[in-house]
Amino acid sequence: MRFDTKTVVLRKTGDKNLKKGTERAVKIGGGLLIGLVNGFFGGGGGMLCVPLLEKVLHEPTKKAHATAILVILPISIASAVTYLINGYFSLFGTLTTGIGVIAGGTVGALLLKKLPSFAVGIIFALMMIGVGLRMALV
Amino acid sequence: MKNILIFLLIGIIGGIIGGMGMGGGTLLIPLLTLFTDTPQHVAQAINLVAFIPMSAVALFIHAKNKLLDCKYLLWVALPAVAASIPASLLVKRIAGKSLSRYFGIFLAVLGVYQLVSLIVSKIKEYKEKQKNDKISLYKTVYK
Repeated sequence: MRFDTKTVVLRKTGDKNLKKGTERAVKIGGGLLIGLVNGFFGGGGGMLCVPLLEKVLHEPTKKAHATAILVILPISIASAVTYLINGYFSLFGTLTTGIGVIAGGTVGALLLKKLPSFAVGIIFALMMIGVGLRMALV
Repeated sequence: MKNILIFLLIGIIGGIIGGMGMGGGTLLIPLLTLFTDTPQHVAQAINLVAFIPMSAVALFIHAKNKLLDCKYLLWVALPAVAASIPASLLVKRIAGKSLSRYFGIFLAVLGVYQLVSLIVSKIKEYKEKQKNDKISLYKTVYK
């Protein structure tokens, strides 16, 4: 008998022990945490959202990265409005950085077809630790 | 003029990393406060505003590549939006220096997490490969 591997679709449907209610609680809890962090620090929610989607809810890596942006967008709009109302804004900074971000964002999204390599990830992590410690200690 | 270029360059770096979903904002904010005289609060505001058009472009591309899942909007994004507003209001009560410190701690913690998870996944991958190598070795021996 021939066995066609293409017809066998292996899907990770998430941890089966994780009941629906528990999963929902995890989603809400994760969402609240992501919102608090992203609002308080003006960013960084994606760094929590990706592991939530990937490690806890078992989405494939690329999908988790892309969907995280979808989750963060409404939070960023809500927080941006709140910051503006509180008077934190710089037209010059926003315009110049914004243009760069759009250009870079397009490149980054196209690059995501290929995932960042191990080396890039390690360099990025070390940079975060270095910059973070500098900000925390200076 | 030189100033514009610095802001642009910082934006491009943050955008590339953000578009890949690796947390561009967490890098954009410290780049702004370290290399320009932008205060911490304003840097955070810039990141929030700049993220909106960037993510719209990125989402368009990801949607084309069929990488988006809308089922998380209700149970993850909605509570997240609800929590983000009081958090954004709280920021007003915190001095720039302290906020910058907290941000630094947050960044360092994220960096350590990323480092550990990368190394752990690499080790797993390596072990898996070794296991598969052994299996294929047995197969060739006991053919």
